[in-house]
Amino acid sequence: MIIFIFYLLIIGAGTGGELCVSRAMKELGEVKDFRPAALVGVIIRALRVPWMWAGLGLMATAFFSLLAVLSRQNVSLVVPVTALSYGAGALGGKFFLGEQVTSRRWAGVLLVCIGVAVVLMGRGN
Amino acid sequence: MNFSPSLHFKTYLLIFVMVIFGPLGNVLLGRGMKRIGAVGVATPPEALNFLSRILTSGTIWLGIGSLAIFFLANMLVLSWADYSYVQPASSVAYGMSALLAHFLLHEVITPMRWMGVLLICLGVLVVGHTPPRTTGPG
Repeated sequence: MIIFIFYLLIIGAGTGGELCVSRAMKELGEVKDFRPAALVGVIIRALRVPWMWAGLGLMATAFFSLLAVLSRQNVSLVVPVTALSYGAGALGGKFFLGEQVTSRRWAGVLLVCIGVAVVLMGRGN
Repeated sequence: MNFSPSLHFKTYLLIFVMVIFGPLGNVLLGRGMKRIGAVGVATPPEALNFLSRILTSGTIWLGIGSLAIFFLANMLVLSWADYSYVQPASSVAYGMSALLAHFLLHEVITPMRWMGVLLICLGVLVVGHTPPRTTGPG
């Protein structure tokens, strides 16, 4: 049961965190300068966006849940199961960020979800 | 919507960094946590004990470093590319995680699990043929 809750946190808080980070970075605009000093500037500006802090908090929650699960189960099971966040991510991209998720992209996400189901069925250890 | 070849190049480069360092981080965390073992987190002393064991593990810190590089690349690519593009496109990392878990952690991966990883990667290819950005520039 506790494992199930940790998986829910990894998927829910992880996806929520990435959506918040994505929203923060879209507010900042496209990064065009990749020199180290410029990147530090980008990080500092990103930390001034409240969405970034919400994202970091949610991702930290997902991170510690991942650690707890990894202490109990194998990487080759845990990591593919977290791919279930792809369905949540596509929905979040569409409704939270206003992205146009095309039918082809939905098809890709569906394949990913089927792949996760097959990984779960192939649990051999 | 418009996206130039250079936008594609930057996107692929950063997704490549994510695909390398994300799985490496996960495998290092997996190795570190297996050494620590299953620890209860129900009470504050248990949670503190869990935290102190994590923070004193060199393998965990290497994993955190790898995931920090992954996070920076993820953050940068999300400054222009759609989240619903980046997230599935970076899922080639699932195949990489399975390979690293097999060769570095000696985990047994059944043929069916490999099949699942292959389907995940196939899903990635389908998503990779869609444009990286469908909303206006920031």
